[in-house]
Amino acid sequence: MVPLTNRAKQVVKKEMTFMEKMYIPAILGGMRITFSHFFKKKRTIQYPEEKREFSPVFRGMHVLKRDEQGRERCTSCGLCAVACPAEAITMTSAERKPGEENLYREEKYAATYEINMLRCIFCGLCEEACPKQAIFLTDRITPSTYTREDLIYDKSILVEPVDSSKRIPVDKRMSSYEVNPDFGK
Amino acid sequence: MEFIIYKLIVIAAVFGMTMTIAMYATLAERKFSAFLQDRIGPNRAGPFGLLQPLADGVKFFFKEEFTPAGADKWLFIIAPGIAMTTALMVGAVIPWGDTITIGGTQYLLQITDLDIGLLYVFGVVSLSVYGIMIGGWASNNKYSLLGALRASSQIISYELGMGLSLIGLLLISETLSLRGIVVQQGQSFLGIEGFHWNVFFQPLGFLIFTVCAFAETNRAPFDLPECEAELVAGYHTEYSSMKLGLFLFAEYIHMFTSSAMMAVLFFGGFNFPFMNSLGLPDNVVTIFGHLAMMGKTLFFMFVFIWVRWTLPRFRYDQLMKLGWQILIPLALFNIFVTGIIMLIKG
Repeated sequence: MVPLTNRAKQVVKKEMTFMEKMYIPAILGGMRITFSHFFKKKRTIQYPEEKREFSPVFRGMHVLKRDEQGRERCTSCGLCAVACPAEAITMTSAERKPGEENLYREEKYAATYEINMLRCIFCGLCEEACPKQAIFLTDRITPSTYTREDLIYDKSILVEPVDSSKRIPVDKRMSSYEVNPDFGK
Repeated sequence: MEFIIYKLIVIAAVFGMTMTIAMYATLAERKFSAFLQDRIGPNRAGPFGLLQPLADGVKFFFKEEFTPAGADKWLFIIAPGIAMTTALMVGAVIPWGDTITIGGTQYLLQITDLDIGLLYVFGVVSLSVYGIMIGGWASNNKYSLLGALRASSQIISYELGMGLSLIGLLLISETLSLRGIVVQQGQSFLGIEGFHWNVFFQPLGFLIFTVCAFAETNRAPFDLPECEAELVAGYHTEYSSMKLGLFLFAEYIHMFTSSAMMAVLFFGGFNFPFMNSLGLPDNVVTIFGHLAMMGKTLFFMFVFIWVRWTLPRFRYDQLMKLGWQILIPLALFNIFVTGIIMLIKG
């Protein structure tokens, strides 16, 4: 067999010397090593206060985006539901009434929009399928719940707030698609 | 009357101190294990996690009290009590300090100074195996029974080595009273007063005693009776709530008393270098002596924790081989050499 690396070490079975059989020097050596870690920098990340930065391609909890004027971008075309390999997305459509132009961008909108987070595999295909740049997977973690019902997310959880300061930023997701400048057009 | 009140105060003080130290030993164990592994350890309950033992205690009390259907009810309940009682009993003969003089009367900082203190310690320590054995037997569980069997054979094997390791020390000190042994170590050695520590004359005895103490307290690397990996916690598999708490607590109390025994027998107890030449009043020297004793004890407790988080567990045959084929012959050799030296010195 040809070795792939040169790191392989030949194992030699030899009798231990008397000093090695006493074990005490080895034990003291081990204790020295553990003690040297006593004052070392701790690797712990104190989770709720400190958070580890996610990779730019991290795919977490979904958000339904609004446009600059605070109107829902989703037009209930159903492409995300079709693209979803786990069949986690369902929606019902409705027609925009006169006077609702400040709420919905297109004439058709999603009256209900549900993602079953128990089914979702966070593949991000819904995001790629969306022609309106309405759905994105963010770097937020899906919180655990006590019931299964609580994990079926509806619009009250998914749609981002109107208030511009409380919007959910998706720049990172957008930049991860920069290889394809035509994305979403 | 006054004598009874004074003894009751000392008993309460020793009991309270033992419990507090055992309680915080659990926190220290978790903190130091974390530090040795580059972690932080519990830090949510109170500053630096200082209230963690309280939280653990409260949790233990609120957990469900469970008794398996096939268990022997009475023995199952009694076993943790035996473990706890025997663990606490050792503290009765340990000299925590010299005498304090209040109003012309001298008060000894020790519950009782038995002539046969050392024998008493050995007697009580051998009783402690009953808590584990009865607990494992009464659970009616194979893991528990195996754990209990391992514990009893381990403790019986290492008790021999432990007893033999101290005979050399007894040859030197010619007394079984723990206070007597400590007072002898207050003589001067190499011109340093209060430094006549037995560890300089019995280094091998100390080493054997330490190894045996680790085995007697069922701690790593000799924690085969509880052995999470193969026995699912051994003798206390079936225990829950405060009954489990008592078993775990008893282990920490054992650790504390074993550390105190090491300090008393080999490291001069409440003696510290230059203790009488500093020109301090007697009571102050006693208080410093008590602090020295506690400092030594806590240091050995740290060593217990340190070793636990460094060494892997022994295999069972290695454990028995170490006990019977290495430690006991070494202890006999130690007795032989000590005896010859005593004979030559006359």
